[in-house]
Amino acid sequence: MGRGGSRAAPAAAMPPWHALPDEVWEHAFSFLPAASDRGAAAGACRSWLRAERRSRRRLSVANCYAASPQDAVERFPAVRAAEVKGKPHFADFGLVPPAWGAAAAPWVAAAADGWPLLEELSFKRMVVTDECLEMIAASFRNFQVLRLVSCEGFSTAGLAAIAAGCRNLRELDLQENEIEDCSIHWLSLFPESFTSLVTLNFSCLEGDVNINVLERLVTRCRNLKTLKLNNSIPLDKLASLLHKAPQIVELGTGRFSADYHPNLFEKLEAAFAGDGLAVSVSHLHKFHLNIETVNFQVMDLIEDHGLAVVASSCNKLQELRVFPSDPFDAAGQVSLTERGLVDVSASCPMLESVLYFCRRMTNEALIAIAKNRPNFTCFRLCIIEPHTPDYITHQPLDAGFSAIVESCKGLTRLSVSGLLTDHVFKSIGAHADRLEMLSIAFAGNSDLGLHYILSGCKSLKKLEIRDCPFGDKPLLANAAKLETMRSLWMSSCSLTLGACRQLARKMPRLSVEVMNDPERACPLDSLADETLIDKLYVYRTIAGPRSDTPACVQIV
Amino acid sequence: MSPPLELDYIGLSPPAATAAATGSADDLKGTELRLGLPGSESPDRRVPVAAAATTTLDLLPAKGAKRGFSDEVQPPSPSAAAGKGKKVADEEEEDEKKVAATPQPAAKAQVVGWPPIRSYRKNTMATNQLKSTKEDAEAKPDQGFLYVKVSMDGAPYLRKIDLKTYKNYKDLSTALEKMFSGFSTGKDGLSENRKDGEYVLTYEDKDGDWMLVGDVPWQMFAESCRRLRIMKGSDAIGLGKPVTWS
Repeated sequence: MGRGGSRAAPAAAMPPWHALPDEVWEHAFSFLPAASDRGAAAGACRSWLRAERRSRRRLSVANCYAASPQDAVERFPAVRAAEVKGKPHFADFGLVPPAWGAAAAPWVAAAADGWPLLEELSFKRMVVTDECLEMIAASFRNFQVLRLVSCEGFSTAGLAAIAAGCRNLRELDLQENEIEDCSIHWLSLFPESFTSLVTLNFSCLEGDVNINVLERLVTRCRNLKTLKLNNSIPLDKLASLLHKAPQIVELGTGRFSADYHPNLFEKLEAAFAGDGLAVSVSHLHKFHLNIETVNFQVMDLIEDHGLAVVASSCNKLQELRVFPSDPFDAAGQVSLTERGLVDVSASCPMLESVLYFCRRMTNEALIAIAKNRPNFTCFRLCIIEPHTPDYITHQPLDAGFSAIVESCKGLTRLSVSGLLTDHVFKSIGAHADRLEMLSIAFAGNSDLGLHYILSGCKSLKKLEIRDCPFGDKPLLANAAKLETMRSLWMSSCSLTLGACRQLARKMPRLSVEVMNDPERACPLDSLADETLIDKLYVYRTIAGPRSDTPACVQIV
Repeated sequence: MSPPLELDYIGLSPPAATAAATGSADDLKGTELRLGLPGSESPDRRVPVAAAATTTLDLLPAKGAKRGFSDEVQPPSPSAAAGKGKKVADEEEEDEKKVAATPQPAAKAQVVGWPPIRSYRKNTMATNQLKSTKEDAEAKPDQGFLYVKVSMDGAPYLRKIDLKTYKNYKDLSTALEKMFSGFSTGKDGLSENRKDGEYVLTYEDKDGDWMLVGDVPWQMFAESCRRLRIMKGSDAIGLGKPVTWS
């Protein structure tokens, strides 16, 4: 893009844009939506690095131990929205020892110090204390969005501090947290002058909330669009609440309540009639379908015939989750099988994300599903009984899952289950080019399985494995791969301490954490290389070994 | 120092036969010295904080009431202590077999964290099962978990525990002592009560009545308990009246 006209002088031709001031680059970079693009730009040269990092507004730290809070604040001084994630995903199922770490406090402290203009903060799988919440309320005068997902360590006292202190709060989004109930009426601490809420989600709260206080809050927040309640609100009061707050577009009714009345949604529909409302229903097994439904989350009590109805009615469905009502009931009294998923995949053209718990599956069904829905981005199938084969042919489900990865070229997340051999991992390694997260349990039959994954899967970021016969060799042979990934979790596999030591020696920018039974915090130094380890968590980091490990976690 | 592991990946054995590959991992686990105790119950996410307990709660019922729960139960058998592994490796193997042999409703030991469902969802299901049992009068299969809230008078926080992780009243009592001993020191209200006398452990049963813990066999208690409350001894008199608890 040179200028027209006369040729330039024969002096060394510096690119004309070299002299442009930083502000121009900052403006240019503001058009780069993805952090990875900004990161790539920052790597081009020093002036771009300077311009990019100084103008970065949104920062996502996918592993809170990958860098220190001070690093983050120093490098990106202008951040207005930060997201930090902590524990490995398997912490959701009790596999990570308690007190493992992921304290939010250092991040809040660093942010309070270095980002006084911070507007948004999001924590996932971290330990957030009431002190953290108090500090947030006190430190950021324009704080607008607080999102806590799968966190613990705080109580309604902390929520009270947020309600009372954050004058400009737009979003309070509490998803799946464990919140201690101090019986403090935190909701009533939003001042009467407070009207800025757009999203309020307290569905995970177990305590009671005063319906009158809620009504007043909801009525005066004229911009409130999303309201997700817990089940302390009697369902029959819901309709009257909604009549007072017609501005609400999305409503969550909390967890499944056994007091559910079948005619509830007739009442709700009356409240919303004609507004194109999308109601997100949670855990209902008697449901009232809305043709606009985009996310549908339900118990398996819906059964195949219920899913067939969903399939024929909800053709805008994008995400489906089906949970088991009785996960330990081996008799399987509920008739939810592969049929339901096949029907939905056949009839819902926009379906791209599935989480499906069932008890039986066939390769044929999976192949059909793969053919129906090549647009899957997230496919998580959990066949409840480990090692379950195709129930008709009694073969492993290798062919079925292979079809999924071959057909769904945009697949970014995959969870496999059932009887699987190393063959399926060969397919996954070879075909799942965009796969970023892979979850494996009770699968594979040798080291080759893990080797196929680690030597393939070009885009792999997170790998979590439990109860598979994978050992040291593929781990060590693919050590370099681990530095291109965010993290690796392996538990109840066949790894030795010696391999972990070797990995740590070979890869200094990886943190290799070994975890053992909390009751037996014996020092690793005393154990031989041949010792089998139970849990391994490896992640890349520029921060060096962390110093907040509990006794049962040791960094090799 | 052991010789370096072979890094050349060529020479791996081909995959084993496609029969169900349950064998290898379990074999290794059974024979090797391990750091982890496979198959043992992981502590719940909300495990009680191990307290440096200089004081312990006296969880026996107030004087004059029926016998305490700690009297009622049999002393725990060694296999019941699975998961509290202070044992050496060779004993573990035996215990694992004992744990596996303990009659479980599904005729196999529960695998930790499987199926992969969040604990709060499990609790919802448990609540639903309990309530529908009242209507159906059909025997529901036993579940592997049962989360109940535990509150203590004067303590600012509620806790939640999984009753299924305890085999008897003694285990429960020990766990509760650990969980709440942090509150019995340093908080003014509580120290006063401590001076007055004991705390009483009570529970709300399926019918909504508040009962003293310890009167019925453990299994019956575990199946009917919906909520626990550690109340001051003085409040426990007249138990039997419904107690409204927010």
